[in-house]
Amino acid sequence: MRTASNILHLGIKELRSLYRDPIMLALIVWAFSFAVYTAATAVPDTLSRATIAITDEDRSPLSTRISSAFYLPYFVPPELIDRAQTDERMDAGRSTFALDIPPSFQRDLLARRRPTIQLNVDATTITQAFTGSGYIQSIVSGEVNAFLRRYRATEQLPVDLALRVRYNPQLSRSWFYSVVEVINQVTLLSVTLTGAALIREREHGTLEHLLVMPLTPFEIMAAKVWSMALVVLVACGLSLTLVVQGLLGVPFQYQGAVPLFLAGAAVNLFATTSMGIFLGTVARSMPQFGLLVILVIVPLQMLSGGFTPRESMPEFVQIVMLAAPTTHFVSLAQAILFRGAGLSVVWPQLLAMGVIGACLFGYALTRLRRTLSAAT
Amino acid sequence: MTSQPTGAAVGTSAEAIARLSDVSLRYGKVCALDAVSLDIPAGCMVGLIGPDGVGKSSLLALIAGARKLQTGRVEVLGGDMAQAQYRATVGPRIAYMPQGLGKNLYPTLSVFENIDFFGRLFGQDRAERERRIAELTESTGLARFTGRPAGKLSGGMKQKLSLCCSLIHDPDLLILDEPTTGVDPLSRRQFWELIARIRAERPGMSVMVATAYMEEAAAFDWLAAMDAGRVLATGTPHELLARTGTATLEEAFIAFLPEEKRRGHQQVEIPPYQAEADATPAIEAHGLTQRFGDFTAVDHVTFRIMPGEIFGFLGSNGCGKTTTMKMLTGLLPPTEGQAWLFGQAVDAGELETRRRVGFMTQSFSLYSELTVRQNLVLHARLFHLPEATIPARVEEMADRFGLAQIMETLPDALPLGQRQRLSLAVAMIHRPDMLILDEPTSGVDPVARDGFWQILIELSRRDRVTIFISTHFMNEAERCDRISLMNAGKVLVSDAPRMLVEKRGAATLEAAFISYLEEATGVGEPGPTAREQPVPAAEGAAHLDARDPRRGFDLRRLLSYSRREALELRRDPIRATLALLGSLILMVIMSYGITVDVENLTFAVLDRDQTTTSRDYTLNIAGSPRYFIEQPPIRDYTDLDERMRSGALSLAIELPPNFGRDVDRRRPVQIGVWIDGAMPLRAETIRSYMAQMHSLWLTQRASRISSEVLPASPFRIEIRYRYNPDVRSVPALVPAIIALLLLLIPAMLTALSVVREKELGSIVNLYVTPTTRLEFLLGKQLPYVALGTMNFLLLTLMAIAWFGVPVKGDFLTLALATLLYVGVATAIGLLASTFMRSQIAAVFGTAIGTMVPATSFSGVIYPVSSLQGAGALIGEIFPTTHYLTIARGIFSKALAMPELATSFVPLLIALPVLIGLSVALLPKQER
Repeated sequence: MRTASNILHLGIKELRSLYRDPIMLALIVWAFSFAVYTAATAVPDTLSRATIAITDEDRSPLSTRISSAFYLPYFVPPELIDRAQTDERMDAGRSTFALDIPPSFQRDLLARRRPTIQLNVDATTITQAFTGSGYIQSIVSGEVNAFLRRYRATEQLPVDLALRVRYNPQLSRSWFYSVVEVINQVTLLSVTLTGAALIREREHGTLEHLLVMPLTPFEIMAAKVWSMALVVLVACGLSLTLVVQGLLGVPFQYQGAVPLFLAGAAVNLFATTSMGIFLGTVARSMPQFGLLVILVIVPLQMLSGGFTPRESMPEFVQIVMLAAPTTHFVSLAQAILFRGAGLSVVWPQLLAMGVIGACLFGYALTRLRRTLSAAT
Repeated sequence: MTSQPTGAAVGTSAEAIARLSDVSLRYGKVCALDAVSLDIPAGCMVGLIGPDGVGKSSLLALIAGARKLQTGRVEVLGGDMAQAQYRATVGPRIAYMPQGLGKNLYPTLSVFENIDFFGRLFGQDRAERERRIAELTESTGLARFTGRPAGKLSGGMKQKLSLCCSLIHDPDLLILDEPTTGVDPLSRRQFWELIARIRAERPGMSVMVATAYMEEAAAFDWLAAMDAGRVLATGTPHELLARTGTATLEEAFIAFLPEEKRRGHQQVEIPPYQAEADATPAIEAHGLTQRFGDFTAVDHVTFRIMPGEIFGFLGSNGCGKTTTMKMLTGLLPPTEGQAWLFGQAVDAGELETRRRVGFMTQSFSLYSELTVRQNLVLHARLFHLPEATIPARVEEMADRFGLAQIMETLPDALPLGQRQRLSLAVAMIHRPDMLILDEPTSGVDPVARDGFWQILIELSRRDRVTIFISTHFMNEAERCDRISLMNAGKVLVSDAPRMLVEKRGAATLEAAFISYLEEATGVGEPGPTAREQPVPAAEGAAHLDARDPRRGFDLRRLLSYSRREALELRRDPIRATLALLGSLILMVIMSYGITVDVENLTFAVLDRDQTTTSRDYTLNIAGSPRYFIEQPPIRDYTDLDERMRSGALSLAIELPPNFGRDVDRRRPVQIGVWIDGAMPLRAETIRSYMAQMHSLWLTQRASRISSEVLPASPFRIEIRYRYNPDVRSVPALVPAIIALLLLLIPAMLTALSVVREKELGSIVNLYVTPTTRLEFLLGKQLPYVALGTMNFLLLTLMAIAWFGVPVKGDFLTLALATLLYVGVATAIGLLASTFMRSQIAAVFGTAIGTMVPATSFSGVIYPVSSLQGAGALIGEIFPTTHYLTIARGIFSKALAMPELATSFVPLLIALPVLIGLSVALLPKQER
């Protein structure tokens, strides 16, 4: 009872402290509104504005037809160049793709000699290289087939592929990246806020002051965990409804998706705030804490499955990252918000986050106890 | 103290060293100086006296040129301090030692390195610096400690070192802001002797001192008494005493105060202490010892304090007082020995005893973000006073400690005296039986201190609260029932103050204390004896040298800042290691994280046909082991839905009934394919893989069915993936990762290095030395450019050795570009630091400000040309974009300078623009 009341009042104190820090508040608002919005909208859907150069050595009706088939928004209008210019343009990174239509392409085609078109791809811009070359192949084939159809009837492919993309039929990136960005901000803020709150108390001597009062390290830590988690949770909920659903118009699968997601976020926050306390006990000063945060946050953001698919990572990375709460959080978020999964599907993730959180909390508490007793 | 008032110098305004007319200064709503006009006589010791927060420090900072003048006129050494030009000229003739122990020092640097740094700033050559440092350390008794880091010195030694740093350039005006606050009596006496000797050698030098110790001020030549931003009275100490008809300056000062402030002040009277016969001691310590490594902070301390007693602990800073108190409160488990509170052994886990103790730490340790009332209520709740009684108790404390008027104020806005009263009120809120107070009155003015003691005495005598207090004010020590003198972790002697004076046959308690100290340390630190010989003749020449520091840009001053920053970086190995090792670790992580090779996708088939043809189709997909991994077959649509929803399947394929037959008969047939679109990038890749494999299967199938070679496609497209033929992520990403890391870490470290100086106070050295802003910024930047370059070499080595990504192009061009890029990155850090005030904001702000544009808008994943809106604009101007073009060009495309020259241009423009902006935004004076 006493413990509960101490935790409550200390937590309210944390909230009041944060309320007096306008810069931090502004950063939180910024992180959950503007940052989410730009991250979601800056990245183009699928292929966009790819640069292509065409060397037309054929100068036939067909080659002209191909050249004019590349247009916005997928491609910046193609530049017609000499063959000699290709290298220079690609070296300077001005063209990602260079298409070379050989002399007498049309004639060879009609004579069924299977002519070859060469496509040069700058493979250093790897995402665009890959999707872009797929687009170019289908555009060129489309034009060639349409051209041929006027001369002779070609046999239709007998087997049709009915491709359907579920959950996000347009493959809109903004749906995905807005949610990923919210998750990233949740992690970053919860770790930084709690860790910095601890270090600030130590630097200002108030931690010592708390220790001479009838309070236990458990109460001090639990108060920070609940209060900072609450702040982030509220910000996350607002961001999800106002920015993601409202401004960006991302449809979630069913009515109860947001509350269930927030429940998952709360469990995740329990783990990440504990992690913040842990880092706060490791770092001796703010600069060290700053570096540590980077070292922890970057892998959490990049290897949790929000940035690239988990399946594509090396196996040991996948296994190691199972210990990170964010891995489960990302898969929970995708399941609930996009695939419309309910509690019956996501309970393993909730359980995993809870267990990880409890371990982190316990370990951070032991460390906090130890550093406090050694505090000078 | 040897200085005597010399009639000629005093009071003659013709010879004023500084002249203030109508000077006012406000910090927000608080008025620090209120239309002050004052002529300060030259060539003598001038004292500013008055309580804390009356404007003494502001006045001195204005005269030193460290703070920006708001209204009025300040003339120092005959010129207008509002003009930057004049400040630059006169700066080297003024030395300023700010308030706070060693605030202008660098704690990780040694004594020698600290003084050396200042010598370099004033353009002294090596021989001269060494001679001066030898002289100064010799005369201050620091000669034996030149190798010790400044942070490990005692308070007195820190102040002496600070003085050495101020005196290195032979100033004409020495400004000392509370130089002896928090310093023990012996060190204090040595400090003033030192000043007197220096003045004897350089009679022309004027000294201005702000002090809270009235006894010290009594020996000065000329005084200005201040209160509430105004000057109350000026004159020699003698004149002030004569005017008020009082015996001591302390009384004289109180007499000068306006009537309403004096009201309520009365002499502190202490009723005698009556011991109870057989009470349990309130505090008992036996052989308490605390060792940190091989340093013994507290050495077998033993004492016993009875209930209701006021027990004083005296000693210099760092003698072990605070450590002893921490052991008593259970904050610090003793290495040896045992302590008891109320007869119970002290145990860190024991909460019950803590409820009976009120504790007040040395520094103000309440929450500055909570109002006075919120602080009181919070602590009442934490001590579990019944909720109903809390408002009444809070009011009671507010009345008793005179806080009623300021209940809704934030502590930061209050003067120190009121904050200390608040601390005491908080410590008393739960009616403890014992108070442990660690230097509660440090920095509090005499009137407030007397008021504070009235409360303590009332608590002790009326409520029988045991009070354990540490102090370095002798008149406070005299009020204790018993005191212990501590030095270097040992208790020298414990007794009633009166008895100590008698035992020692000394005139005052201070004299008695000093004599005990001298006995313990063997006549303290040497010094008085060492400085008999006159200053060498070379000094004349040195004067000229110091007087004429290059006013414009000076490389030596710049390098001296770089040197110091590099030293500090070297002394904090954790920071440097994290920066270097951290980026290697991050590179490994990112190379896995940013991989866009989508592989190992899970798929399953709902095969309604179950013929060899349908199985052949499935095998075709599953047969590409790198891309797809087959899962158990799907039973029905419900199964399909569930497994896709849980994320177990990324791809589901439905082969319709009669699939095989229809294919053979070339009847139109449709295969259903569902792709999990939750992750668009992955879905897109799956779609394209699927389409490719489907057409591959069709071609194979067709050629198997009929002998006729069907033209699957009438032409071929030959794709050449250039620069990275395997289309692997790693070679494409390594240059990008290097670009990211070389931005993030140098920017953050540089920002922190400047903000840290702001937060810890050593930025004042920029304000009061001839250093220009450009020298300061470039000087701080250089070490981090070096660190960044080192980082680059390590990362490149790792790219080659670990990732097998060779540098195909011209390495020299790459190195040149990197140097430029790291320069830009650190300049971004500098620019950020001009906005930030706290270190945490610097960490957070630079992280957000660099990471987002660098990862999203600079072409790391999506080419800049494909971006739209604000992102595209940021991408065009952000330096990472251009460095990335160069890095990729050299790493992957085997290019060299001529092809990449255009990408150098934006970087070459960014560097001076960023540094110019930083210089313009960094103030050369405190605002």
